Amino acid sequence: MAPMKVYGWVVSPWMARVLVALEEAGAEYEVVPMSRSGGDHRRPEHLARNPFGEIPVLEDGDLTLYQSRAIARYIFRKYKPEFLGLGEGGSLEESAMVDVWLDVEAHQHEAAVRPILWHCIINKFEGRDRDQGVVDESVRKLEKVLGVYEARLSGSRYLAGDRISLADLSHFSNMRYFMATEYAGVVDAYPHVKAWWEALLARPTVQKVMAGMPPDFGFGSSGNIP
Amino acid sequence: MTPVKVFGPAQSTNVARVLLCLEEVGAEYEVVNVDFTVMEHKSPEHLKRNPFGQIPAFQDGDLYLFESRAIGKYILRKYKTREADLLREGNLREAAMVDVWTEVETHQYNSAISPIVYECIINPAMRGIPTNQKVVDESAEKLKKVLEVYEARLSQSTYLAGDFVSFADLNHFPYTFYFMGTPYASLFDSYPHVKAWWERLMARPSVKKLAAVMAPQGAVIFKLQ
Repeated sequence: MAPMKVYGWVVSPWMARVLVALEEAGAEYEVVPMSRSGGDHRRPEHLARNPFGEIPVLEDGDLTLYQSRAIARYIFRKYKPEFLGLGEGGSLEESAMVDVWLDVEAHQHEAAVRPILWHCIINKFEGRDRDQGVVDESVRKLEKVLGVYEARLSGSRYLAGDRISLADLSHFSNMRYFMATEYAGVVDAYPHVKAWWEALLARPTVQKVMAGMPPDFGFGSSGNIP
Repeated sequence: MTPVKVFGPAQSTNVARVLLCLEEVGAEYEVVNVDFTVMEHKSPEHLKRNPFGQIPAFQDGDLYLFESRAIGKYILRKYKTREADLLREGNLREAAMVDVWTEVETHQYNSAISPIVYECIINPAMRGIPTNQKVVDESAEKLKKVLEVYEARLSQSTYLAGDFVSFADLNHFPYTFYFMGTPYASLFDSYPHVKAWWERLMARPSVKKLAAVMAPQGAVIFKLQ
């Protein structure tokens, strides 16, 4: 069987979300690197794969998928449905909790973290000013979100229950960059969140994907501009 | 069997999202209002159901869920029949397409259409905030680009995930329904396949039933303009 192909730049948190899923699933895959600064995602050949002109894109034979969380779901459904709370050993309740916390990741966590990453890391490399007001508001929002996570993780080893799922893994890529900003210390007030984060970091699959994600997104001295 | 409970007013877009799934599978349910005017959504009782203090929340026996799309999936999985299989989880490829277009609704479509609904309807009528025309104009431009992609897709298949209606299509109903009450409804006229798809959705008995529940609220709001 031909390996799956993943198109994009590996420093992207959305790309990394998919790479972690592939690694955890033990799937064979090949990264097809694209250049963000070169505008590869806006070229006709990429628009033919993803009409929204974004990355990552997954090709599995003649199936082409986009939207990182949809791709990750497909990968686990195919190889390891237990990461979605589905399949043998799964249950209606567990799969529901995976879905709940995956949506929380997108709507609450990413929504709060993303402006911090943009203003604290990316903006300076792209010649834009940091808006401290936006950063401060996002940090406040994130603290409220982490408060909810702390309560959840005080009663449950992982977000969806006692075993790790896509809901947990989906957080890794944005957290990786957040923890490289000056606001990383915010997590110290939430000991269960901190322990959960350290458990994610300790996974060999996560370490492997992280190796392609320098804290400056490749813009700075690592010289690997996306 | 005890009916499941959905917390939040039926006219609220994300509550309607869940009710539509319940109607599609024919499950018995009860809607329990959450009174925002007295901050009930931030009450300790509601926070136990939805720790982010939002609506909807959902209860099935001793299972509590929140996040409207997660609730919707639970309902569609639990009450799935041969006739009502809106997630297609028995088929890898079909399930993947449902997931893709569900994400597209969340990240592309909704982010373009919901500001128009908020600025034209919800803000003026319910919050006393005047329409921010700049936001509306920018969102309308974004929406046109999104609708171009949808037009291309719906020229190839009857519904978004394939030639079968799915959760992905249903998710578009609540915000689009209110959008059709704004002056920008005519944007859809330039995208005939999208318009036809919308009309197919509106013809579904479950959608008609919810539209009737949502319309009086909409009519009150529209009159206030």
